[in-house]
Amino acid sequence: MVQIRIHGRGGQGVVTAAELIAMAAFADGKISQAFPSFGVERTGAPIEAFARIDNKPIRTREHVYHPDVLIIQDPTLLDSVDVAKGCDNNTLVIINTAKLKKEIKINLPPKNIFNVDATKIALAIIGKNLVNTTILGAFAKATGYVSLNSLEKAIKEKFKDKGESIITKNINAIRQSYKL
Amino acid sequence: MKINITAKPGTTIKNKTGGWRTFIPSTDYNKCTSCGTCAKVCPEGCIAMENIKAHKKEKPVTDYDFCKGCAVCAVECPIKAIIMNLDEK
Amino acid sequence: MKKNKFKSQPSQILEGSHAIALAIKNIRPAVVSAYPITPQTHIVEDLAKFKADGEADFKYVRAESEFTAASIVAGASATGARVYSATSSQGLLLMTEVIFNIAGMRLPVVITCANRGVSAPITIWNDQQDAITIRDTGWIMLFAENHQEAVDQHIMAYKLAENLKLPVMVNIDGFTLTHTYEPVFIPDRKQIKKYLPDYQPAKGQYLDAANPVTLGSFAQPSYYMEIRQDLHNDLMSALDLVNKEYEKYHKQIRHPEQSEGSRGSKTQPDSSPSARLGVRMTIENNGLLEYYGHKHPKIILIAMGSVVGTIKDAVDEINDKIGFPNAVGVLKIKCFRPFPSAAVLQILKNCKYAGVIDKSISLGSIGPLALDVKTAAQGNIKTIIRSFIVGLGGRDVTKNIIKKIIKKIKSVGDGANFIGN
Repeated sequence: MVQIRIHGRGGQGVVTAAELIAMAAFADGKISQAFPSFGVERTGAPIEAFARIDNKPIRTREHVYHPDVLIIQDPTLLDSVDVAKGCDNNTLVIINTAKLKKEIKINLPPKNIFNVDATKIALAIIGKNLVNTTILGAFAKATGYVSLNSLEKAIKEKFKDKGESIITKNINAIRQSYKL
Repeated sequence: MKINITAKPGTTIKNKTGGWRTFIPSTDYNKCTSCGTCAKVCPEGCIAMENIKAHKKEKPVTDYDFCKGCAVCAVECPIKAIIMNLDEK
Repeated sequence: MKKNKFKSQPSQILEGSHAIALAIKNIRPAVVSAYPITPQTHIVEDLAKFKADGEADFKYVRAESEFTAASIVAGASATGARVYSATSSQGLLLMTEVIFNIAGMRLPVVITCANRGVSAPITIWNDQQDAITIRDTGWIMLFAENHQEAVDQHIMAYKLAENLKLPVMVNIDGFTLTHTYEPVFIPDRKQIKKYLPDYQPAKGQYLDAANPVTLGSFAQPSYYMEIRQDLHNDLMSALDLVNKEYEKYHKQIRHPEQSEGSRGSKTQPDSSPSARLGVRMTIENNGLLEYYGHKHPKIILIAMGSVVGTIKDAVDEINDKIGFPNAVGVLKIKCFRPFPSAAVLQILKNCKYAGVIDKSISLGSIGPLALDVKTAAQGNIKTIIRSFIVGLGGRDVTKNIIKKIIKKIKSVGDGANFIGN
């Protein structure tokens, strides 16, 4: 079983990101689960969401305490939340930041850290600082736990009510971050 | 007996919300006419007019601990002395 | 023999609330009324959207409070319509007076309770205190472990309600199920209609201008007690029907896993010690309960709702670790009212300790489920029954908490044992 924990802030689509991972994994033929841990339901408040991917039914409902993959959507959380809690030397970290790898204040092996300036990509392609979809391209590339194709399928399904233009923008953003 | 159900006020000061912003405003004090519009319109109330010695006048000072980068100040500034830049994090 | 007339829809990955809304859409109630409250909101939002998009033909009546929403579905049900509502926490408490009336008037109302803790202090998060608070109202109360069970229970709920003239509340843990995405299979309209025919109460049994009757009238002391006793007796007799309907349902509506083999099941077989001894399995599964584990366990943990999944995983780990596969079994109560005392005793009778894990508390006493288990056991079996309280107000129930309960079960006292982390 692969366990994924996503850190971000209310309004950044943290929960949607976890759902997209689960939907993509399901499209890949796996069994998956995604759920949020709401603090207060308020814009800007630190929020966590979780996803699990397995080959057999997933029964447990506990939060993810020892993630295999850690996704950090908002680098300012490094100062206020112990995002690395429960991570070990095998945890892969996908982080949205403009900084260089050596400048990132996180106490985990640099070889496992994948930094991507998702904000820059999102502003350029989507036009808003919504990095939740963008960062998933880097997630797919770095971990291989979901395919790019299934991720795009998940976006199309999840955003089907939002219109063609939004779907295309999000898919382009994902492709861009997948390249990095 | 343990009764522990009250909450103390003041948590909004402890909880620094500046980290939420994507864009950060910066004010050009040379252009600024000290009209005070930005301080009045800031929805967070985090712009204060303070005496700045170098300019010998009141100038707006933004508290970046709480500024969420909404850009209301930049839009409302009558002489466009405030510009928004990407806050690289 | 045509075993599977309708080809099963494949599983989808859905949010729990959306899965329930889709099931309700396919059940086709005539009237839906609800007042939004976290964490139930997504269910009724989805239903309102189906209606607005022309995908559903029920009447969606907006209400200004939960009291009204419950009254609207009660009234609609009294005219012979199939109805639906959903609520949580304070919302359910505000409905309470109507909840009693619905059962007293024998209206086949089905309500989803997205379980949430109760104020004060204010909490929006999950526990089961809300549902437990109305356990004495005369409703059939079902609890779901996962999305699939929730969807199945909703469909069965209407069959039970309409056959028995008793209301049914399906309980799903707020957030833990309502806001979680996981694979689930939603039977389509045709499949459901075959199992659950359109609702048409008998003449003279509903409010109809052509055949005037009174519902919910005044009862003198000389009648009231018998009417209440009848309600109790009918509720008790529902135990049999819950099991029968469970069998019927699963015979008629086959999940894709049953017919096609489940996803990922082609992977290597489970090689854990308990699996090799044939222990890691469900040996009893019906409409009332499920027992998972060895035939002769030393300890049985008893719980309701989504926490059971975590308990199963924790118990597997414990049994494997100590290499003593018959150490701990898991008993899941699916039907809390009427309480299946005999079926529970049958499972518990030879085990030494039972730990009842409640996500609620009867303040001043012990866990409500523990109370029922103790009552059933009294004088019948020698099992020592302990009450554990977990997960109040959204506290995460971890595998470690379950392991701690197993460790402590022999040493703790007779009262409510709170295990917070």
